[in-house]
This record gives sequence, structure tokens and C-alpha cells, in this order.
Amino acid sequence: MGIIKAAKLAFDYLKLDENGNVESKQRAVDGVDLEVEAGDFIAILGHNGSGKSTLAKHINAILLPSEGALWVDGKDTQDESKLWEIRQTAGMVFQNPDNQIIGTIVDEDVGFGPENMGVPRDEIWERVEKSLRAVGMWEYRSHSPNKLSGGQKQRVAIAGVVAMKPKCIVLDEPTAMLDPNGRKEVIRTVHELNQKEHVTVILITHYMEEVIDADRVIVMDAGKIVMQGTPHEVFGRVEELKSWRLDVPQATLVTHDLRERGFDLRPDILSNEELVEELVAYRAAHAQEEGTARVHQD
Amino acid sequence: MLREITLGQYYPTDSVIHKLDPRVKLAGTLVFIISLFAFGKIEAYLVATLFLASVIKISKVPFKFMIKGLRAIIMLLMITVIFNLFLVSGTVVVKFWIFQITVEGIKTAVSMAVRLIYLIIGSSVMTLTTTPNDLTDGLEKALSPLKKLHVPIHEIAMMMSIALRFIPILLEETDKIMKAQQARGADFESGNLLQRAKNMVPLLVPLFISAFRRANDLAMAMEARGYHGGEGRTKMRPLEYKGRDRAAYLILLAYFLVMLAVSRLNLVETALFSALGW
Repeated sequence: MGIIKAAKLAFDYLKLDENGNVESKQRAVDGVDLEVEAGDFIAILGHNGSGKSTLAKHINAILLPSEGALWVDGKDTQDESKLWEIRQTAGMVFQNPDNQIIGTIVDEDVGFGPENMGVPRDEIWERVEKSLRAVGMWEYRSHSPNKLSGGQKQRVAIAGVVAMKPKCIVLDEPTAMLDPNGRKEVIRTVHELNQKEHVTVILITHYMEEVIDADRVIVMDAGKIVMQGTPHEVFGRVEELKSWRLDVPQATLVTHDLRERGFDLRPDILSNEELVEELVAYRAAHAQEEGTARVHQD
Repeated sequence: MLREITLGQYYPTDSVIHKLDPRVKLAGTLVFIISLFAFGKIEAYLVATLFLASVIKISKVPFKFMIKGLRAIIMLLMITVIFNLFLVSGTVVVKFWIFQITVEGIKTAVSMAVRLIYLIIGSSVMTLTTTPNDLTDGLEKALSPLKKLHVPIHEIAMMMSIALRFIPILLEETDKIMKAQQARGADFESGNLLQRAKNMVPLLVPLFISAFRRANDLAMAMEARGYHGGEGRTKMRPLEYKGRDRAAYLILLAYFLVMLAVSRLNLVETALFSALGW
């Protein structure tokens, strides 16, 4: 079994009237089957209301399934006696950097998780140093979080989760409130954690650029998984992505348009670098024809 | 306005005062305030000034941060001084129309002003040199005997430290909402008191909604990081008294004794008053 496994997972948001009776139900996650292997970098995409954040909250046992089940490292999230083990195994980083920093000093905040777990003092300090260094925020350890930029705050929040030594980190739109530089900082940090510390990462986002380097991309819509595969496989299907109201990376879009106009390019181009490479190769291959064409024109 | 309150505004330096146990600083502030109100002699105020000045000097916090907190009480200060100055009866010094200023009036006015100013500066020294977390830790530990009476000390301390952490964030938010509402024609500055209070509604409603949202997010984030109350929790900075803390307690005791001693004297006051011919 992988580190995370969901079977027919479903979740209803209930709307209660004044007496606490169920007035209406809204299905946010609808029959999701998912298996994530340890060490993977998974990206979950979807527009607003697609159920991606609701799914994420199940992995940390903040929400419990209405139907079906979810296992984290072999532990059923509905087993209340395992609750704290599960939260330790699967850490979670949220969207708003201000609303998840508890400490008034950076290192106090990073130590909050280990403190809750009852880790001995010396080890807390080791963990704090290690995780702050891992996200490149060690120099800011005695700063007030209020004086940091959005990207820096989010890295502190990630360090706070890393200090709990989780096997898996779920990031719920960690870059939604950041500027482009902050976004790059955070995504780079997450990739480093995945590669150096072999932490399983589940990144939830609606920025396409951020999922290009993922091992697997999952597209959700109306609570269901609608597309799945490597970034190259998923982004090759531009029309299908558009039908789920998602944008594709700019380079992919340009390639797609060029292909429609009869240029014979690879369909699975994701980054600007790849596009440049492909265009250079294309020109080299067609230089011969072009050269002759030009002579004729003259 | 609200921005000027220095509460919860930690100013980091590497001074000895910063490193003291928060319980010492709490006790120190308490002793200092008691000493201000218990001893009303000029000599005592001089000693208190000396004590406060040296603590500020040692703390390495710029003086302008200390007096920032005063702006919030300036009205209270003025009212206290003016009332005391004109309404205390005794030996009349100056008299015009229905007003009269008495020796006793000047004495109370000056001593009340000094007390209030020192009270604010004294507590600012504590909040500027102690992280709010240390402060609540100190309170938690100092009040922990109350746990036996089922007072939820840990929870109260946690709430306090979160409140302190969110004060600057909510102030910033207030500012933003204020500007947004002003851009739409809201008026927070004119009208009588009732009118002004009414005008605050479009500011307070969004502020409360956003505060609740933040509280909800924060609760989720705390749970996600395994917070489940004070039980089984370790501390990364446990409070233990060190040599310097014991020394600080001794200095505090010495200060109090000196205050006690000098307040029995009456030299300066007598000398001053005889010089002025009162």
C-alpha cells in the first residue's frame, strides 16, 4: 500500500438549520480513488470548488469521510486513537500565511509542532535548526513573522511542518496569496524537500507553472478525478484541460496553436526552454526547404 | 491612534534584561508599580527615576519606543493633572477668577503625572524586552498553582499569546478596511460622538467577520500541527531560574528597601519648599 490511499472517498458539506437538522447537502468530494507512493511529488489541479482542498483536508484528518475511507501510512483516518499519529505523518500547509503562524518569533513557531508532540527540549532545538536551514530561513530565526514577506512566511510555515518530521506534506494552495517571486521561493523549497529529504509532497494549486515538475498531475472537477498522468501526458491534452476550465502553461498553448496551423512540433511541451529547443530543432530541420524557398522569391 | 500602543511590540536586542526570566520581569514591574503608588515622596520618585533610567539603559531599547505608549494616555494624563491642579484644596498659591491653585494641588498633580508616566514606561520596558510568548509562559508558570482549582491556566495563556500575535495583523486589517470604506464615502472623522459610533459599523462588521475567519483558519492550522491542549506538551524554552534571575530578585529587593528608606526622609521637599517660600 502507498503512503496515502483513498477508496471511494466522498464528503458532504452539510447545511444545518437553526435546530441542527440537515437542510441541504453538498457533495464536495465524490468517489475519489487515489494512491500515492512514498517519495512522490503529486500535484492536484482544479478550479474553485472542484473539491481539491476538501480532499487535502482528509489527508490530515481535519475532515473525515462521509463515505469510503482514506488511509495514511496504513492508518485509517477515522480511527480516533491514531489521530495524532496521522497528523504527525501528514503535515499540512495552508493558503493564508498569516493565519497559520502561531508563534510570535520564527523559531517559536517552528517549535510549536514538536512541542505538541512532546518532543524533548534538545531535540526540538535540533529539529528547529534543521528545518529552518532546509527552507533557508535560519537567519530569520529571531524575527517576528509580521516583518517577513509572504513567501518567507510560507517557508516558515513549511519549516513548522517539516520540524514534525512528517512522511508526507500536503500544501493547500500555498502560493495563492503570494507574488510571483514568493511563489517561486515556495515551490523551489518544496521541490528541494522532496528531492533531498524524500518527503512525499501533495501540492494543490491552480497555477499551471507550478505543476510542470511534478511526478504526477491529478485534475479534479466537481469532486471527481477527471484526468491523471505525468505533466507531459496531461498537458498534451489542451482541449480537454480547457473543458475543465483550466489554463495550460503558455509554452504549451503556443505549441498547441502552432500545431493547429500546421507546424509539426512535439505536443507535450511544458516550459519555455523546451519550446525554444524544439523551435531551434524545427528550424534546423526545415532550413533546407526554407533556403530554397527564399532563393525562388529573390 | 491604536497604532501607538506599544503593547506586544517586542524590540529584540541582546541585553541582560531581555534574557531575564519573564517571571522576574513580571515581579519587577509589579514591585515598581506598587513602589510608585505606595511612596509619594520626591526622594522616592528620584530613586524610581534612577532605577527606571538604568533599566532602560541596560535594556538597549531606544528611549523613543518607551514613550510611544504615552501617546495613548495623553488625554487621561491631561485630565488628571488639570483636575488635581485646580480642585485640590489647601494653601493657595495663585488665584484668578474662580480658579485657585494650591500647594497640595501642585503636589498631587505632579505626583499623579509622574506615577502615570512611569507606570506606562515601566510596563513598556517589560513588553519591549519580553516576547509575548515568554510573557504568557511566565504568567502561566507563575499562576500554575491555580490549576489545582481547575482554572484553565494553559488555555488562558495560549489565548493571550495568540491575541498578542494577532494585534498587529488586525490593526493592519482595520487600516485597510478603513481606507476601503473611506474610498466608498464612509466618514469616520466628523459628527458628534453618537454619529461617530454609528459610522464605525461599516468598519467593525467586516473586521469581526474577518477575525472569525482567521480564528477558524488558525484553529485548523493548530490542530493540523497536533495541538491538543497543555497535556503532554513539552516546551522548547522551559522557564528555569538562573544566577542572573536570582541577582535580579536581589536588586529588586534592594530597590524596594531603598524606596522604603528614602520615603521616610523629607529633605528635598522641605528644602525645596523653604526655598520657594511656601
